[in-house]
Amino acid sequence: MKQFIAFVRKEFYHVLRDRRTLLILFGMPIVQILLFGFALTNEVKDSKILVVDYAKDHASGQLIAKIGASRYFKIQKASLTRQEILSTFQQGEIKAVVVFPGNFNENLLHANKAQIQVITDATDINTANMVTNYLSSIILDYQNQMNENLAIPYQIIPETRMLYNPQLKGAHGFVPGVMALVLMLVSVMMTAISIVREKEMGTMEILLVSPFKPVLVIFAKAIPYLILSLINVVAILLLSVFVLDLPVKGSVLLLFAESTLFIITCLTLGIFISIKTDSQQVAMLISLMGMLLPTMMFSGFLFPIENMPVPLQVISNLIPSKWFYIIVKSIMIKGLGIAALWKETLILLGMTAFLLVISLKSFKIRLQ
Amino acid sequence: MVSEEKVIVCDKLTKRFGDFIATNEITFEVNKGEIFGFLGANGAGKTTAMRMLCGLSSPTSGNATIAGFDVYRQTEDIKRNIGYMSQKFSLYENLTVLENIEFFGGIYGLSDQQLKTKTAELVDRLGLKSEAKKLVGSLPLGWKQKLSFSVAVLHEPKIVFLDEPTGGVDPVTRRQFWDMIYEAAERGITVFVTTHYMDEAEYCNRISIMVDGKMEVLDTPANLKNTFNVGSMDEVFYQLARGAKRAD
Repeated sequence: MKQFIAFVRKEFYHVLRDRRTLLILFGMPIVQILLFGFALTNEVKDSKILVVDYAKDHASGQLIAKIGASRYFKIQKASLTRQEILSTFQQGEIKAVVVFPGNFNENLLHANKAQIQVITDATDINTANMVTNYLSSIILDYQNQMNENLAIPYQIIPETRMLYNPQLKGAHGFVPGVMALVLMLVSVMMTAISIVREKEMGTMEILLVSPFKPVLVIFAKAIPYLILSLINVVAILLLSVFVLDLPVKGSVLLLFAESTLFIITCLTLGIFISIKTDSQQVAMLISLMGMLLPTMMFSGFLFPIENMPVPLQVISNLIPSKWFYIIVKSIMIKGLGIAALWKETLILLGMTAFLLVISLKSFKIRLQ
Repeated sequence: MVSEEKVIVCDKLTKRFGDFIATNEITFEVNKGEIFGFLGANGAGKTTAMRMLCGLSSPTSGNATIAGFDVYRQTEDIKRNIGYMSQKFSLYENLTVLENIEFFGGIYGLSDQQLKTKTAELVDRLGLKSEAKKLVGSLPLGWKQKLSFSVAVLHEPKIVFLDEPTGGVDPVTRRQFWDMIYEAAERGITVFVTTHYMDEAEYCNRISIMVDGKMEVLDTPANLKNTFNVGSMDEVFYQLARGAKRAD
């Protein structure tokens, strides 16, 4: 045990001395969370919106004034055809277009019901959502104002259209996604590199001729990265709760337990790579191409898996981060408990066990 | 201080990789406190033999005991009783001198008290007092090698294996390095050393030369020169190695 502690301490020295590693370890999650988070909380302050007013009547004038008075929007007026609206969006300046139909006031007065069309550029999902929500609430507010003294209430129905991405896939999922990405990167790549480095430097030989058990070498190397990864989980959660206002709806304890499981999966993957490779560059390339890329593509974080061709959907099942992503999303956003996640958890456990067994096997062969 | 006690006994030790016989029935004995030179051209089978003696790889056939322990079954005991220093520099560059000593002492299971006295002694002997807290990477190569050797014998092993320990080191430092080897041998540590420097071969009590996996000769440097009727170890080596069929 004393030997083991001496070894773990040495590993910490390595990590803490290597500034670049430290930067990757702690800088990356923070930068990523803030980057993605900025996209999420992207305030729609002073967003340029275009008003196409075919009505030009009392009610439309009042509503336009109300929209213009809010701090969220800057209004430009124009009368455009549908084709022209599309091309304005393509220039990217305009966040939304509000269209008042020809007889807005009349409809409101006689039918007690009128429609407004709100078109947004949904390539940026978060902004599109935000703009729509703000606009809807302003319209609702106006409607309530008008209805104060009326027996039969007026109804203004905003008809919203999200251009380019009607289903709004992928929003809010980025915190779990970043978590999967960062843990994958830290645990797989860092462990693989740190073990392979010992091989490259020739220190592995010294360790193997020492009475220190080879298997313990591997475990002792993994422990610092387990701890650092957990610190990363804490950092990401703190950022997400306090900076992004995205609270953890489910059990934090369960979230940590699942994260630990996923980190161990990644560590065994890293160990496996390190056993199979002999140079740091190769280890890094394999970790990046073989682990990071699939995590981005197949976890469902950036691209919805349901939209992929079936063979790719099958492949996505082999990616541990996909399951972790589902788990974190369910706990953080939907507030689900273990009862709903036992299947995903079992899959991760199975993957870990499998990787551990083949790693230990090939490690023994390697020693011969 | 060469005594009669045998610390390495090899009997027809062989290692095959498929059809390739890396080490072919080598038989020899090394006494306690002896400095044993293990020579041979690249690819002659030295490294394979050394790996078997260190308990890193299992022989295909033959027998060997290291410090009284069997190379097939008692590799753990062997590892506890040997020290090893490789041709690649083998300390951690981004740890300080003290941290390296502490780490290697730690994995060989030295107690805190032992570690403390050993460290003080070692730092003092190498004159590294002012460098003790510096990163090993910042030391000149000669010092690194000397430190590396000191760390390899930190736990007072019965045998220390040195794999081309002086590669790339200047002659003055090499001389100092050999002084350290002599000191260790005086304390009763057996030194098993491979080298490509023939002047270093002359410093050994006995040397063996491997050619194509076989141990061709084994004797004192003086006797070898007499047998081959030449003036230097260089020529002995050259005559033997010229007959070699494999090289890397």
